[in-house]
Amino acid sequence: MLSFESPVQTLWHGVPVVWKLLAVLLCTLLLFILDSIWVQVFALVVCGILYVIGGREFFIAGVKRLSFIWPFLLVILLWHALTNTAMQGLMISLRLIAILGISNLMTMTSRLSDLLGLIHKGLTPFRHLGLNTRPVEIAVALVVRFAPIFISKGTALRDAWKMRSRKKPGWRIVFPLSLAAIDDAEQVADALKARGGTLQQRD
Amino acid sequence: MDRDIVFIALFAALIAALGFIPQLTLGFGVPITAQSLGIMLCGTVLGSKRGALAALLFVVLVLAGLPLLSGGRGGIGLLATPSAGFLLAWPVAAFVTGFIVERVRSVPMAVIATLASIVGGIVVLYAFGVVGMSINLGKSISESAMLVLAFIPGDLVKAVIAGLITAALLKARPQSILARA
Repeated sequence: MLSFESPVQTLWHGVPVVWKLLAVLLCTLLLFILDSIWVQVFALVVCGILYVIGGREFFIAGVKRLSFIWPFLLVILLWHALTNTAMQGLMISLRLIAILGISNLMTMTSRLSDLLGLIHKGLTPFRHLGLNTRPVEIAVALVVRFAPIFISKGTALRDAWKMRSRKKPGWRIVFPLSLAAIDDAEQVADALKARGGTLQQRD
Repeated sequence: MDRDIVFIALFAALIAALGFIPQLTLGFGVPITAQSLGIMLCGTVLGSKRGALAALLFVVLVLAGLPLLSGGRGGIGLLATPSAGFLLAWPVAAFVTGFIVERVRSVPMAVIATLASIVGGIVVLYAFGVVGMSINLGKSISESAMLVLAFIPGDLVKAVIAGLITAALLKARPQSILARA
């Protein structure tokens, strides 16, 4: 199962996911509108405090999850430095870290079921309009279920390749993985049809 | 319709899986990530509408916070990154790719799927991606375009691979290539 929740329970786990999402959206909007480096610095400091409140282990896990952005930051800072817009580069970098930090805080402190529930609630207006939202919900559930399965199949294909060749696995494993996806799709489609398909169910 | 939904969902899952397979390599050792190859395949295999929906489903789930992007990334904060434009353009890229494959049937699949992947997966995708990059980085479009030029050779290789794989899938499972249904 896909999982991105933090290794420790924190105060933020108890905050409803809707509130966290609204906070992320509001912060993102404000950080783009308020074009001041001090606002970005303040946001970054507040973001850091929010992580610290979660404890040392949570803070370290959060920093690790955000480590992927350092190449972006390097390019941004260097590029702006070379084009004599260093301050702008610094502001953009600080904003990027703050926004990703806040967004990451939300994903680390929200269960997968809560996020899926959010999607279900988000589709409520469409249900009130008489539209069948079950296809969307089934599609989401299938992605969550099958992504780890395909990752596992891809890993097995890679390992099988390594047993047979000293070369690194190349594009050739994409074909059998795609074929597996198609075959699984045909089987699942038959199974779904046998179980009533995407007919609307009462809440 | 049920079959369409399942194909859309499983191809979205395939895009996710391609982000977790260790980077593929070109013949001379240059690593390339396979996830955008998945977007091209969505278009060439599923067609324009279904391919776009698969890519859209993937993007929505990533923005909702699921760690489906290569490296386990996810969350709405990705909209602030330099590559946000590319991410948001994936459904459009898949649509254009699929549109070309659906319409042009007189050319061998390997050729048309490659050409469609170049038009959709590179030309259209980069057009959106460069604009998004210029907005998020505060640079001009031409400056942003210079920055992404280095990735084009890898993407051209991916387009050729997408063409070859689609042709092979058409031979192996002709009834499952929805772009030619």
